[in-house]
Amino acid sequence: MTTQPDFAVRLNGVSHRYGKTIAFDTVDLNIEAGHSMAFIGPDGVGKSTLLGLIAGARKIQAGTVETLGGDMRSDAHRNRVSPRIAYMPQGLGKNLYMDLTIAENLHFFGRLFGQPARERRERIDRLVKATGLAPFIDRPAGKLSGGMKQKLGLCCALIHDPDLLILDEPTTGVDPLSRRQFWQLIDNIRAERPGMTVIVATAYMDEAENFDRLVMVNAGKILASGTPASVRHDAGAKTLEDAFVNLLPEEMKRGHHALEIPPLAKDGSEPAIVAKNLTRRFGDFTAVDHVSFEISKGEIFGFLGSNGCGKTTTMKMLTGLLPASDGQAWLFGQPAETSGLSMRKRVGYMSQAFSLYTELTVRQNLDLHARLFHLPPPTIAARITELLGKFGLDHVADHSTRDLPLGVRQRLSLAVAIIHRPEMLILDEPTSGVDPVARDRFWELLIDLSRNDGVTIFISTHFMNEAARCDRISLMHAGRVLASDTPAALVTQHGAETLEQAFITCLEQAHADEDKGNSATAGETDKTDNGPVTSLESNHDGRHSLFSMRRAYAYSLRETMELIRDPVRLTFALLGTALLMLVFGFGITFDVEDLKYASLDRDQTPESRTFLEGLAGSRYFEEQAPIVSVADMERRMASGDITLALEIPSGFGRELLQERSPEIAAWIDASMPFRAETIHGYVQGIGQSYLTDLARRNLGTVPSTLPADIEIRYRYNQDFKSIFAMVPSVMALLLIFIPSVLVALGVVREKELGSITNLHVTPVNRLEFLLGKQVPYVVLAMVNFAFLVILALTVFGIPIKGNFAALVFGAFLYVITTTGFGLLISSFVSTQIAALFGTAIGTMVPSVLFSGMMQPVASLEGGAAVIGAVFPTGQFINIAVGVITKALGFSALIPEYLILSLTILVLTGASVLLLKKQDS
Amino acid sequence: MLERLENIYRLGVKELFSLRHDPVLIALIVWAFTASIYTAATGMSHDLNNAAIAIVDEDNSQLSARIGDAFLPPYFHKPVQIGFDEIDQTMDTGLYTFVVVIPPRFEADVIAGNQPDLQVNIDATAMMQAGIGATYISSIISEEIVKYINDDVPVESDDTINLQIRYAFNPNVTSSWFTSVMEIINNITMLSIVLTGAALIREREHGTIEHLLVMPLTPIEIMMAKVWANGLVILVSVGLSLALVVEMMLDVPLAGSKMLFLFGTALYLFFSTALGIFLATLARSMPQFGLLFILVALPLMLLSGGETPIESQPALLQNIMQFSPSVHFVSYAQAILYRGAGLDIVWPQFAVVFGIALAFFAFAAMRFRKSISAMH
Repeated sequence: MTTQPDFAVRLNGVSHRYGKTIAFDTVDLNIEAGHSMAFIGPDGVGKSTLLGLIAGARKIQAGTVETLGGDMRSDAHRNRVSPRIAYMPQGLGKNLYMDLTIAENLHFFGRLFGQPARERRERIDRLVKATGLAPFIDRPAGKLSGGMKQKLGLCCALIHDPDLLILDEPTTGVDPLSRRQFWQLIDNIRAERPGMTVIVATAYMDEAENFDRLVMVNAGKILASGTPASVRHDAGAKTLEDAFVNLLPEEMKRGHHALEIPPLAKDGSEPAIVAKNLTRRFGDFTAVDHVSFEISKGEIFGFLGSNGCGKTTTMKMLTGLLPASDGQAWLFGQPAETSGLSMRKRVGYMSQAFSLYTELTVRQNLDLHARLFHLPPPTIAARITELLGKFGLDHVADHSTRDLPLGVRQRLSLAVAIIHRPEMLILDEPTSGVDPVARDRFWELLIDLSRNDGVTIFISTHFMNEAARCDRISLMHAGRVLASDTPAALVTQHGAETLEQAFITCLEQAHADEDKGNSATAGETDKTDNGPVTSLESNHDGRHSLFSMRRAYAYSLRETMELIRDPVRLTFALLGTALLMLVFGFGITFDVEDLKYASLDRDQTPESRTFLEGLAGSRYFEEQAPIVSVADMERRMASGDITLALEIPSGFGRELLQERSPEIAAWIDASMPFRAETIHGYVQGIGQSYLTDLARRNLGTVPSTLPADIEIRYRYNQDFKSIFAMVPSVMALLLIFIPSVLVALGVVREKELGSITNLHVTPVNRLEFLLGKQVPYVVLAMVNFAFLVILALTVFGIPIKGNFAALVFGAFLYVITTTGFGLLISSFVSTQIAALFGTAIGTMVPSVLFSGMMQPVASLEGGAAVIGAVFPTGQFINIAVGVITKALGFSALIPEYLILSLTILVLTGASVLLLKKQDS
Repeated sequence: MLERLENIYRLGVKELFSLRHDPVLIALIVWAFTASIYTAATGMSHDLNNAAIAIVDEDNSQLSARIGDAFLPPYFHKPVQIGFDEIDQTMDTGLYTFVVVIPPRFEADVIAGNQPDLQVNIDATAMMQAGIGATYISSIISEEIVKYINDDVPVESDDTINLQIRYAFNPNVTSSWFTSVMEIINNITMLSIVLTGAALIREREHGTIEHLLVMPLTPIEIMMAKVWANGLVILVSVGLSLALVVEMMLDVPLAGSKMLFLFGTALYLFFSTALGIFLATLARSMPQFGLLFILVALPLMLLSGGETPIESQPALLQNIMQFSPSVHFVSYAQAILYRGAGLDIVWPQFAVVFGIALAFFAFAAMRFRKSISAMH
């Protein structure tokens, strides 16, 4: 198939589904090179999936996707074009690393695209100047505002001068001023690089006005496409949002009509919510800064502001989830902090994320909450039926909430929040990501609650048109309320035409004030100079080397910095290892000593006492109070008070003198077999020496008991002290548990947090990714190993008899296998909890039981023997014990080195195969 | 009060629902209480089993051949004949744990009454085998020599005393009796801490815990729900594992009351699940929880007396370990299951475990709210 060169992207019959849910169905679409194209439509309609397919981040299920002149199914083509594509995933700074500074993030991406240091510095310099990030270049990404995060994301996307720029909802949750600046930036870039194609998805319909073309998407289908003007014209609407509603299929907009808000009847009673100078600090960061407001009963009060401006924190203080650092709030006249359980029954709360249980059905969720609020049981069924009807949830009542569209889920959340008929509702961004029709329906419910039931509603949003529906709103920014009044009054006060403009004016004023005050937090100010954003020369050489040290190094460096910036983890990893070494080195011991025994001496003659003295004098035994009866013996054995009981029958002394071989009975507690057998040997030995003594006293000579002398030589460990064998074994244990858990969680965390996208869409390949992540942990494990050796030499006083270099080399191979084991686990599990579980179960049993610490591997049977033969811990125990106690060198350990090396190859290979280069 | 109990019940049921929808966790729990127990119990023996032995026979006599034939499975692998010069190398590499050296003219010297020396080399780094093996090997060799010179006529013991040593509670010292139950105990510790702690961290990351906290529920109720639901899952798994794997498949006779043991397990689970919650309130993220878990769970498991004899630990460590319920759990589990002890004997340890569990639960409850506000 030939592709016309002027199309950047061609989609032909593309379908995609997740399980049973269809993301979109047979989409055909062409995007011309050099154009800008916007996908608009609410959340969850497949926009992100489509962008992911175009960028090569997702695996194609059906249809063909051609990007920059080739089939994206082909690995070779993807590798070839990935340096020309930039993809910024949805979510604020989703592909950024929050512990890294702006500069470090940018260098990381530069390295992934193979740029040498000088080139990187030049490009980064230009980018941060153009975007106004230059003054904050050493600030961690996690401490940036939403707008700045998105600018950084854009810089990271532009670092390699892409020909195709794909931005997935880049301005969602960003304040209106930053949003406007962001789009100006994009316009500047397009003016400089007219050949670059820009594809954007957005939920803010008005943003699409400035694009060459737009595509309206809903429920996996394209509703309309064309220039913004033509789409509006065809739909007979003034705004894109109205056009969208008009274009929706009939059954979806049934009952949809312009929203009418009856005026609020003031009754002059005391306010429902009062906040005075409410302040919350986290460390040196002030999330909410002296916020005050009053909300009267039945009023709908809105908080308008960007993500991270303090809306959620304020609401959490009102609900008592967070204590206030300063100031106070009252609900119905009672202080919010101490309001207690009875107050919670009068308040309904809906948090930002969908926080109901996805594993329950709609009805089960309602039922659970009805019961947790202790509605009278006979009324529960009726109340649920009423709510199902009122919220239009009848037809999904017995569906699992997991499969419901976002709009329906949000209605359910609201139903749950009001199931106990609260007098007040606190709603944190309840309509984020909900389509306009569903949003209007949601507001109808709110208005009904407020006007007909007198429920006070406190709601936060970042949608301007929603804020306009509130009785009063507060404009929030950076923890402070900028202005507070009715929406109409705010517009007139700031001499603006729309609420958005009024907000922007407020923000600009606030920035100006901050600049004047030159305060430390003035960082949010954006000064954009007009220098070029991108470099003029483009250097896509299209070559894709099989393994690039620079890309692997980018990941190593990133991982190292993250590790260093989590001092808790680093300290645990280092000190924890040392601590466990001390505890286990002394604590895990196979010496059998200090055994508690007691005797039942029915004879009480000098002969019987002499025998018992032999036992009492042994260093292995500790005498306990004598046994008084058989019942006493049984009880004390059963409770474990004594592990050995001796019974000397009456007449022992007499029979001994008469040489009639009197009997002595010894009972050993065999519940721990190893200990029991050792005790058996001790008791026999004591019996033997008693006989020898007896003979010497009676006959004056020692009779030879055997015709031959059996000489036992304990080699390597003459004193037969457990510590000499245990310390090397404990080293082996500690070098597997901690490194493997650290690595396993390291990779899965990227999957859960979303930065794994960088593996999917940049030229980095799986091997570079895995090895790059592994290196810092190998280094950390070697530092741990050094600690362990120092402890062994000093605290335990165990000399290393063999070749030290041979031990270090063995440890090096071993920690590569143990970190590799963590990588393997994390390559196929997708959640951190499963990674933790899998690593714990996968390492503990084999290393403790089957690796030669307890029993030589040769003595194992069945599955245990197989595991013991291949599990790396066994090999390292051989190396450590061999070098430390047996004085071995390199040549004797060659088989172990070989097996470990082979294990490294197998583990790495399996990890590469199991890790997916594309999302499904 | 009744309302509280109902809340705890409802939330716990919800917890069970969540677990049912997580096939990976269920698979790991099943594996931990079936295959894992079986492999450990049958694969590794605590006494002398399949020991690797070699013989350097420089005598090549009838007696030396008989000695060589006397080492029998399952205690020993069939002895391998090696040369005198191979001793160092084969022992260095750990190929053989025991090497018996029979000198030249051994048989002749024995018959002549010259009391020749016979050497047994033991790799003393194989801690569990070396000591027991030494006893076994010396008695096997002595027995063979005595039989040989007496022409296989059984000799009457002419010892002046008759020391009758008997093993109580496990007459044949079968190690699978020990290993199977101890592995169950280790897995209880490991799984209950991870299951409860990680579930709490996940709820915190997903925000559902905040949702509960704004309802008329107290942290104690939320925690109790987690304790009983996760505890119940493990308790049922333990009961099934004990009946199906330990008793049926491994044929281990259990001396005491299984119900009493399960009651003791329930008490211990109260501790371990509370500990899981406590650790989750300390950790700010899953990687931190993972490390904390390793640091706490490993000592609980390896120093409990379920792997190595606790009497031999340094006194200081023993005293510290008295505060670890795992030590008491191992102790009363052994008392009940192997030695048939009843409640009259184990109740003080039950009380200690319950007391420590209560303390941890209280710590966790105190930190619960605080840890949630510290997330941001």
